[in-house]
Amino acid sequence: MYYVVSEGLRRFNIPHTFEFLSIINLYARWIREGRLVVDSSWNKEGLRFTVQDPCKLVRQGIGDSVADDLRFVVKKVVGEENFVDVWPNKSNNYCCGGGGGALQSGFVKNRRHYGRTKFDQFAATGADVVITPCHNCHSQVLDICKEFGGKWQTTHLWNWIEKALVR
Amino acid sequence: MTAPDEIAIKKLTLKLKAYVLEKFKEANIDYCLTCGMCASGCPATGLEGLDPRKFLRLLALGQDDELLSTNWIYACTICGRCKHACPMGIDVGRIVYLLRGLRPLEDRPKSLQKSCELQKTSCSTGISNEDFVWVVNDVLEETCQNEPDWAELKAPIDKKGAEYYLNQNAKEPTVEPEEMVPLWKILHTVGIDWTYSSKWWDGANYCMFTGDAKDWEYTLRKQVETIEELCCRYYINTE
Repeated sequence: MYYVVSEGLRRFNIPHTFEFLSIINLYARWIREGRLVVDSSWNKEGLRFTVQDPCKLVRQGIGDSVADDLRFVVKKVVGEENFVDVWPNKSNNYCCGGGGGALQSGFVKNRRHYGRTKFDQFAATGADVVITPCHNCHSQVLDICKEFGGKWQTTHLWNWIEKALVR
Repeated sequence: MTAPDEIAIKKLTLKLKAYVLEKFKEANIDYCLTCGMCASGCPATGLEGLDPRKFLRLLALGQDDELLSTNWIYACTICGRCKHACPMGIDVGRIVYLLRGLRPLEDRPKSLQKSCELQKTSCSTGISNEDFVWVVNDVLEETCQNEPDWAELKAPIDKKGAEYYLNQNAKEPTVEPEEMVPLWKILHTVGIDWTYSSKWWDGANYCMFTGDAKDWEYTLRKQVETIEELCCRYYINTE
């Protein structure tokens, strides 16, 4: 969780010499620099993709710029025409409902009621695949998809980058 | 004409409000315009009979007992969308966090507290550091053997002076170790010099959600010390 480090370093004033980075920004930078070459031609059947914006990375972390990088990477990997965005999105997106320890807290009914908002949002996109670049989001989106009868596949981002990788 | 019901003045202690303002000086509780932007945009609205606006009203009006007992503080995911919508920028999530910290240990959600306790020893799922190292090496060896195109793949651990430090969410080495491989392949293709650490390697940290700042700070300081010892220039967060 990005915010646990970025906010922790600030709030507790922890001295450090490293620079803290998100893998999402790096993927985008590497693609732009030509160090990471991806080809979306594998997606011949036109699988449609959407994304979740993790709160701890986007709204509470880096902001819209990393959400833009996430979309840039996904479009390069799956084909721009195969990406369909959610609404609301980026810093204004909804939490999946599994964050803040909700997946661990045990109030399952509340968690799923919360997740219904997210479910409806994804269902409205008609996407075949939801990419969740956060483990909490991944577990929650899997759960609400099953609970409310969603048709999409829930995955991490790196699987699709690997699929599109050109060496 | 009958007198209105007496307001329970004794309940108006405002102790919690004072506590919140002491711990979080920019809480700005009295800035609330009661507009309801927060509540209308919050998926936790209505759960446990509360929403961010009502929650803040209870605090401003000194309904401390109700605030100390409500489980709405666990229905809220501290996602920050209410702060994002608030014209006055009030951070309700951070107040929720403070109230979670006031919940006695024995009354807290057990699994959440346990995830944090485990984090303080090795990682949030509780697998040992030795198991983490073993799983990484085992999965790497298997991949190198079974996929000739990736025979040179690397997954360094404790490589001092590596340019990039990479954390690893504990879920993968615990339940889906094959999910570590795609990222290794990406990093290998890009050609960066990276390393994991054999301790304080977990990218998740549920100590941020129990409400105990000391646990969050302790676990983060340990991780920072580890990265500093490895002299890495960049710390990559994987989620």
